[in-house]
Amino acid sequence: MTVVPLGIPRRLLEFTIDGEPVRGAEGSTILDACRAAGKDIPTLCEGDTLRPKNACRVCVVEVEGSRTLVPACSRKAEPGMEVRTDTERARHSRKIVLELLASSVDLSTTPQVAGWIKEYEAKPDRFGPDAARLNEEPKVDNELYVRDYDKCILCYKCVDACGDQWQNSFAISVAGRGFDARIAVEHDAPLTDSACVYCGNCIEVCPTGALSFKSEFDMRAAGTWDESAQTETTTVCAYCGVGCNLTLHVQDNEIVKVTSPHDNPVTHGNLCIKGRFGYQHVQNRD
Amino acid sequence: MDLHFGDSKPTDDERAAVDALLGPPESSWEGADRSDADLRWARGGREARDRRDLLLPGLHAINDRIGWLSEGALDYLCRRLTVPPSEAYGVATFYAMFSVKPRPATVLHVCTDLACAAAGASELCAGIEARLGLGSGVSVERSPCLGLCERAPAALAIKAGDPVRTAVSAPATVHDAVLAASAPDSAPEEPPAVMAVPQAGSDSLVLLRRVGVVDPSSLDDYRAHGGYTALRRAFELGPAGVIREVTDSGLVGRGGAAFPTGRKWQATASQPDHPHYVVCNADESEPGTFKDRVLMEGDPYALVEAMTIAAYATGAHQGYLYVRGEYPRALGRLEQALAQARARGLLGEDILGQGYAFDIEIRRGAGAYICGEETALFNSIEGYRGEPRSKPPFPVEKGLFGKPTVENNVETLVNVLPILTMGAPAYAAIGTDRSTGPKLFCVSGSVERPGIYELPFGATLGELLELAGVRERLRAVLLGGAAGGFVRPDELDIPLTFEGTREAGTTLGSGVVMAFDDTVPLPRLLLRIAEFFRDESCGQCVPCRVGTVRQEEALHRIVERTGAAAADDIALLREVGRAMRDASICGLGQTAWNAVESAIDRLGAYE
Repeated sequence: MTVVPLGIPRRLLEFTIDGEPVRGAEGSTILDACRAAGKDIPTLCEGDTLRPKNACRVCVVEVEGSRTLVPACSRKAEPGMEVRTDTERARHSRKIVLELLASSVDLSTTPQVAGWIKEYEAKPDRFGPDAARLNEEPKVDNELYVRDYDKCILCYKCVDACGDQWQNSFAISVAGRGFDARIAVEHDAPLTDSACVYCGNCIEVCPTGALSFKSEFDMRAAGTWDESAQTETTTVCAYCGVGCNLTLHVQDNEIVKVTSPHDNPVTHGNLCIKGRFGYQHVQNRD
Repeated sequence: MDLHFGDSKPTDDERAAVDALLGPPESSWEGADRSDADLRWARGGREARDRRDLLLPGLHAINDRIGWLSEGALDYLCRRLTVPPSEAYGVATFYAMFSVKPRPATVLHVCTDLACAAAGASELCAGIEARLGLGSGVSVERSPCLGLCERAPAALAIKAGDPVRTAVSAPATVHDAVLAASAPDSAPEEPPAVMAVPQAGSDSLVLLRRVGVVDPSSLDDYRAHGGYTALRRAFELGPAGVIREVTDSGLVGRGGAAFPTGRKWQATASQPDHPHYVVCNADESEPGTFKDRVLMEGDPYALVEAMTIAAYATGAHQGYLYVRGEYPRALGRLEQALAQARARGLLGEDILGQGYAFDIEIRRGAGAYICGEETALFNSIEGYRGEPRSKPPFPVEKGLFGKPTVENNVETLVNVLPILTMGAPAYAAIGTDRSTGPKLFCVSGSVERPGIYELPFGATLGELLELAGVRERLRAVLLGGAAGGFVRPDELDIPLTFEGTREAGTTLGSGVVMAFDDTVPLPRLLLRIAEFFRDESCGQCVPCRVGTVRQEEALHRIVERTGAAAADDIALLREVGRAMRDASICGLGQTAWNAVESAIDRLGAYE
């Protein structure tokens, strides 16, 4: 049985979002309050299982008295705060951020982003045909998963999941600086020469599909990947006694990907190599 | 941590460089030869993690000895410090002065930034490369501002070895720069720091009064010229008394943000969490700024004394002095000053017999403008990539190593000495009501006598330029450096105060005053500023990482265009610039567009 710690009762703070009074628990973020109030704020680098990195800046909102816009994902709510989520200023920054990303990164597998680009009337083409792009080739150096850094928005989530927030393997880091910064293992070596333990927890948190199962990558390349034809079944991993929840993504009676529910108190979305990738025995039909 | 290492081994030289810093390895787990004792050896937990801050000094040790960082060397350093190799690689590739690819032992950094560009840096670079040719054993690298603007164009040669050798050539000719690179030991000695102070000897000087007067290597000379009277006064006043004096003096930070120093000290001192730290930000990298270099080279003990006072006032017992990597002479002077002060009981367990303990560690930057941002500097000291943290929490609450920290610029700290010796009211009487005290200005470019000028706040831009002997046909003046703004030649009556420049819609920044005559092509200058920010963006947040690239592309497109042909790109620049200002994490991205915007709006560039 999992004991869920209730913690010390938290004070409720009163503040306003877009003029409406709201109440949020002390320590919660503006984003938490916005979501509770039904406001849709786009996020990319924010992860439900990770500490906010606030690197993408697509969730910026206006806070009365603040010189700059503030990231909703990480700014803690304060009593009396006046938050405005939909001002021209905030929308402008979100639009530019979307344009900057879409003009430099392949966002074709990023969920929701096409809708935001439309909503904010972003025009990534305006920077011209010569606008610098990442121009990375997919790194296919192992049988389990693919790193396609042309799709990487440098949200740091994989680094945090691999590092001290979850896996403590520290196989990857951000290397280089500025526009040339990339996620890499030491000496930019293949993954097979690194500290990677193939838990796939980086894939679990990747918001853009830059990290994907080899099975998904191959099916996309072959044009057979079809999420609408997939079922998701949550079950319990059979390998050890921990009892992690696995969600099997199945298409045409084949497991194509394995995730874990982020709200599962055992895994928080994390698995090990066996739970994540060791599913072939299930579908041995000979 | 269960770390994974590759098979690469360090060379004997690489191993020796690391061992010289960390001592010999204790076990095969740390890279020594295998022995039975290894079975009963462990270093883990806090003991292992606490050495992380030695990563940057370790990288310097290898780079100084070898000239670049090989896989084997990096792995060995990681073993010694229990640092994941991927993170060390991320740190090593963050800094411009390190290379993870083989390169010649000698690197010649040729400054191509604003003042040097106006003084012919690109021809100099081309000349040096032609003279050296291929296979010369010298790697020529185009560098951002080296902080030698009063002697533009400038070049800095660094020759790896034991010990590492450096030579500065400024003003550089092709011949001198090549000589400095090929034989740094026999290159002519740099002129003394006082040569950068045209007012030297004047009675009016407060901050610069000892520069050129005292022997910077002599503690006795420093004391004979009033040194350590301020610290004695501080001990009389007590910590709260010092903070009261600093608050009453109206001193505000001189690094560019102009935050009230007394308030910062008070906020740090009152934090219940301990230990407290004092950090001196001597990572002076704003193009056109060189005042801190002159202070550190000409009067190093003043900084040591001022840091001691700041620590005493805020309850800190450990200080860090982060000097930029491009300042070898300042580094040498400060190392010597710290050693002397320690030997004479002015640092250490019992300072001046007052029972107060304080010491200072020097940390050397490695070529990253962003590390001048206060929280990026903390990450750099701690052995992480120099990326800014998001605020809040502010450094006074969670700073270096997550502890309450007061971080001040060199010039700010040095101002504390006259505040204590002359008293807050006398100090506050200098300057204007809202900008008190003397201020250092870094004047360079199209003037007869470039250098550091000390004037009370309130002098006008015109008065300063007249003092420096501004040349004919002035086209523009850049205030505050690359993150500052341009003003026109008909705006010379702007008072040089924080409020005066703000009212005029510009900024004082770190005190840069760079004059350009009409021979300098403005669009090229703006393109160089954009290149600077693209190169120096840490890459953490999207508005800055991609925005600086898009701005540079747009400025590149319109470098030869004006009027309607440039209008679309200027509109694009404005839109991107606005988002960078609003949505970037730190001051770098927020100010990267300032200078270009001011050139378009005030100077009518591209009209």
